[in-house]
Amino acid sequence: MLTNEEVAQTIINQFGEAVTDFDDPYDLLTCSTSRDQIILLVTYLKGHQTLQFGFLTDITAIHYPDSTGKEFCVVYHLHSLTNNFRLRIKVYLTADDVHIPTMVSLFASANWMERETFDLFGIIFDGHPDLRRILNMEEMDYHPMRKEYPLEDGTREDKIDALFGR
Amino acid sequence: MVSEELDIANKNLPAEQGPVQYVNELTTLNLGPTHPATHGIFQNILQMDGEKIVSGEQTIGYIHRAFEKIAERRPFYQITTLTDRMNYCSSPINNMGWHMTVEKLLGIDIPKRAQYIRVIMMELARLADHLICNGILGVDTGAFTGFLYIYQERENIYEIYEEVCGARLTTNMGRIGGMERDLSPTAIRKINELLVRFPKVLAEFENLFNRNRIFMDRVIGVGGISAERALSYGFTGPNLRAAGVDYDVRVMNPYSSYQDFEFDIPVGQSGDTYDRFMVRNEEMWQSLRIIKQAMDNLPQGPYYADAPQYYLPPKQEVYKNMEALIYHFKIVMGEIDAPVGEVYHAVEGGNGELGFYLISDGGRAPYRLHFRRPCFIYYQAYPEMCKGLTLSDAIVIMSSMNVIAGELDA
Repeated sequence: MLTNEEVAQTIINQFGEAVTDFDDPYDLLTCSTSRDQIILLVTYLKGHQTLQFGFLTDITAIHYPDSTGKEFCVVYHLHSLTNNFRLRIKVYLTADDVHIPTMVSLFASANWMERETFDLFGIIFDGHPDLRRILNMEEMDYHPMRKEYPLEDGTREDKIDALFGR
Repeated sequence: MVSEELDIANKNLPAEQGPVQYVNELTTLNLGPTHPATHGIFQNILQMDGEKIVSGEQTIGYIHRAFEKIAERRPFYQITTLTDRMNYCSSPINNMGWHMTVEKLLGIDIPKRAQYIRVIMMELARLADHLICNGILGVDTGAFTGFLYIYQERENIYEIYEEVCGARLTTNMGRIGGMERDLSPTAIRKINELLVRFPKVLAEFENLFNRNRIFMDRVIGVGGISAERALSYGFTGPNLRAAGVDYDVRVMNPYSSYQDFEFDIPVGQSGDTYDRFMVRNEEMWQSLRIIKQAMDNLPQGPYYADAPQYYLPPKQEVYKNMEALIYHFKIVMGEIDAPVGEVYHAVEGGNGELGFYLISDGGRAPYRLHFRRPCFIYYQAYPEMCKGLTLSDAIVIMSSMNVIAGELDA
């Protein structure tokens, strides 16, 4: 059984300062890295003799419009099936430069996950073989999961929170 | 070698640039969106060389309902109704998975009895899901009989849902912190009756198909995928187990007391359509085992946790008890405040690892909610699995993968 400390130490030994913000919210080891390092890091974790993170569970993104310089966060969930260990890696991007290298060469499943993230958030995965929208129409010119596109019409007055005691 | 395969699989090259030169002109064939075998609405654009499928491309998103966006405005209870509509063949699993995610965020431990009832309901849902998948596989190979025989059992499972929560398809039987109500004597009787009757039906179904020459000719060696490719494509659930990898969330990361039960993980070898069919059949036997154990050892005690600020009180209480009325009002109006945090929780859904990635900023609704939908992830392997086969094979492959449109698009 691997512990969070062991895995974190292994990553630190190899990457040093390049991987930061180690944390374990609800027992899931989380760390952050930069977009220059993400492919190196995941390649290392996938090929590591004991860690063997051979399964990509999920790729998604989060939009934080208020945190300047860290507007977008791309989140990777990796899973080592041999060790039964999950790992979350985050990469923060700025709003005016949303490029990040693709992971399709490592995991075939990254293809659609990245397309979905592109469709909903507009994150551009450099080197992706087929970066198109997947859930929405091709003609759409915005990325709907960003926070600047509210779900409901802000001008409506019958739905304001005060009317509901909030 | 893998990257070479990827190139072919992902680029969907026009035929004249493809690795093989074709003598005939290729036919473009739209399989779907409104084809009876596409189980919902998604389009497969196949390039056919005569009878053979050369390449394919899928277009999904026809029922994209923006659940993740809607969830950002909804209090935690109201998101349950969104999860219902993902894999609608086994909605209790989705519901309970969501409730468990919120419980994890809030740090609520729920009593054993509630956990066991959840296990029973989730396994019933798995039975219904696999039953329909395998039955429809029969229909898609041209054998309606099997489906007709087993449909009655799904009806009986729905009647159990109805007894437990009042609804049949959009089941809201779970609550954050436990169950809405206890199992009634009628529900217990119905589950026990099902445990007696279901094995007979399942055995009859297996007799119809398992060694049926025509069925075997249609499915053996069709749509096989190696374990390595399946893992690379992110397969989970029966589709991965058919390829020989014994990954099951219920065993690897037990939730809701699954560690208390004895059951096996059936695995296949070749990952072809027949293996997927057999793995699902065997999983139904295992689900019956789990339900039997849970019913026999159903613990006494409360069926909800002592967390009044989060648990929606039973309706009878609301009519009599002032505190219950206050909490009911506060919860329904979305006053439930969650701590700041991020949670990933996975359950073994009908199709594999169903994950909920929830980021809370302390508000009444999630800041961001992402569903890891197994259907969405494995459906992209479909053209690769169909390559070089005929159209009738493509139909059975899609059917045996159990692609549910609601889960694909979310």
